[in-house]
Amino acid sequence: MITAAPQEREHYLNASHGLKSWLLTKDHKRIGLLYLATITLFFFIGGAFATLIRVELLTPQGNLVSSETYNKLFTMHAVSMIFFFLIPSIPAVLGNFFLPIMIGARDLAFPRLNLLSWYLLVIGGAFSLFAMIAGGVDTGWTFYTPYSTTYSNSWVIATALGIFIAGFSSILTGLNFIVTVHTMRAPGMTWFRMPLFVWANYATSLIQVLGTPVLAVTIVLLFLERVFHLGIFDPARGGDPVLFQHLFWFYSHPAVYIMVLPSMGVVSEIISTFSRKAIFGYAFVAFSSVAIAVLGFLVWGHHMFVSGQSLYAGMVFSFLSYFVAIPSAIKVFNWTATLYKGSISFQTPMLYAFGFIGLFTVGGLTGLFLAALGMDIHVTDTYFVVAHFHYIMVGGALMGYLGGMHFWWPKITGRMYPEGWAKLSALVIFLGFNLTFFPQFILGYLGMPRRYHVYPAEFQVLNVLSTAGASVLAVGYVIPMIYFIWSLRYGKVASANPWGATGLEWKTSSPPPVHNFEETPVVTHEAYDYASLMAEEVEVG
Amino acid sequence: MSDPHEQTHIDSVGSYVKILLALLVATGVTTAVARLDLGAFNTVVALSIASVKMLLVALFFMHIRHSNKLTKLVVAGGLLWLAILLLLTMTDFATRGILGVPGK
Repeated sequence: MITAAPQEREHYLNASHGLKSWLLTKDHKRIGLLYLATITLFFFIGGAFATLIRVELLTPQGNLVSSETYNKLFTMHAVSMIFFFLIPSIPAVLGNFFLPIMIGARDLAFPRLNLLSWYLLVIGGAFSLFAMIAGGVDTGWTFYTPYSTTYSNSWVIATALGIFIAGFSSILTGLNFIVTVHTMRAPGMTWFRMPLFVWANYATSLIQVLGTPVLAVTIVLLFLERVFHLGIFDPARGGDPVLFQHLFWFYSHPAVYIMVLPSMGVVSEIISTFSRKAIFGYAFVAFSSVAIAVLGFLVWGHHMFVSGQSLYAGMVFSFLSYFVAIPSAIKVFNWTATLYKGSISFQTPMLYAFGFIGLFTVGGLTGLFLAALGMDIHVTDTYFVVAHFHYIMVGGALMGYLGGMHFWWPKITGRMYPEGWAKLSALVIFLGFNLTFFPQFILGYLGMPRRYHVYPAEFQVLNVLSTAGASVLAVGYVIPMIYFIWSLRYGKVASANPWGATGLEWKTSSPPPVHNFEETPVVTHEAYDYASLMAEEVEVG
Repeated sequence: MSDPHEQTHIDSVGSYVKILLALLVATGVTTAVARLDLGAFNTVVALSIASVKMLLVALFFMHIRHSNKLTKLVVAGGLLWLAILLLLTMTDFATRGILGVPGK
């Protein structure tokens, strides 16, 4: 049945029309949707590479692609997924759309800079895409020297340049968020009334601004050595190859928190909304985001225990790595405590939030295995590591992203998604994810190295299970694509507040007007004040 | 939060020219010192001059000395993060030789 679209009221989607109105928009909501289109493209490109990897690994022989091509497949899978999907995912799409609305602002502090950020991502993505089409890159997403500077004959510079440019997109988005949170909060929106999604994005922005420039510098140094043969990483010229790893991981370990912290913010919103309770220990959850952002910068050397790094440095990094577990655990325990005596409902966003908590916990705890010096030597560069970081980056970050997409879809589009299909796909994704990646923990523990496409025959059963899981997972990802597009035309018209939630984004219409609110909101309640809301409902009722 | 006083404390053109000259002289000194053999101190001198130049640019050209406390905190944060990068990297480079390399 086709439902009549809410055409009478003007909102950000129908206020202006035509390609130009989108490509030159300064509206943070439209820019969020531009990001959505861009990162979805890269998600499916990265997914196509993953599919080829999993099909190749069905058999112990390397009988689908050559070793060189396989090297390119896992490199381009990671480059697409990390730099052009996961890092921009929640901040640039959901953060862009909702951060200003959630603090009662009309837009971000620098709307033009926001549009520039999107163009930078597109330009960076174009360079990397060109490299993929022209022949690909085979260094691994880590670009370790001396392979990347001296030996690789693939498109290292074009890919690295794409990442370099996309990095500035990330920096500018972070800068925009920080300034917006400091200067544009609505009257009454104190720091400790801000939704935890805003806190999480604020902490993420700090990482983007403080860490990403180091990646840019590292890429420039790589360029200078590869093209002009300067002796920075080459020992024959007075350099040190391990220095590259220090510089690379100084950014790239915190980058994991760029991916997962915003998801944690989404989970806080969802858990609170669907258990009708304020988040237990709000201040602890807020500060734990900042603590993760800061501590995340002190642990990078745990990626380098077998690199030739000094054992003493390894001990320091191992010790510090355990500290990150504390704020992460604070979040998990506080979400769980929030559920206690809550009025819980199991709508799709809540299923994703539960998925996040379980999978992130597995990913986090196996991270502790890897932070232990002795254990890490056994599993370094094995599938144990691959499983671990996919539990964080897919089981954690991507689950949070999908949870957020479902949670806020009615607000973004003014339409409801079909709940039954959405629950089914959440379940399919959870099962498919575990079937894909849990066998990889066992494979890694048994000694199967990552980045090889030929493996001993005794590893085949677990690899077949993993590939079967990946097929299930792929179906799980395609279903939401279909019903989200379907819902744009056929979905039930969404009310302003379909979940009965407390945030400011639910106080404005769905979809929101161009300037977010008809009049500037004044905040008089704490965040997640469901107790007052329900008391009011009782009085009115 | 923007500080209305920030706009009123822009330095004169003369002071900018002086800073520019100081930066050019410092660059000349860096080049000259690079031609002397001071052993390990070549690096120390070069980094010291570079640090002074960085401070001049930040304080005068970027107006940090007239900025509000939040801006100064941001600058201090950037320097602190640079210190983290250098310090924790040095836990590797400074201690690598203690155990020696197996086989050598």
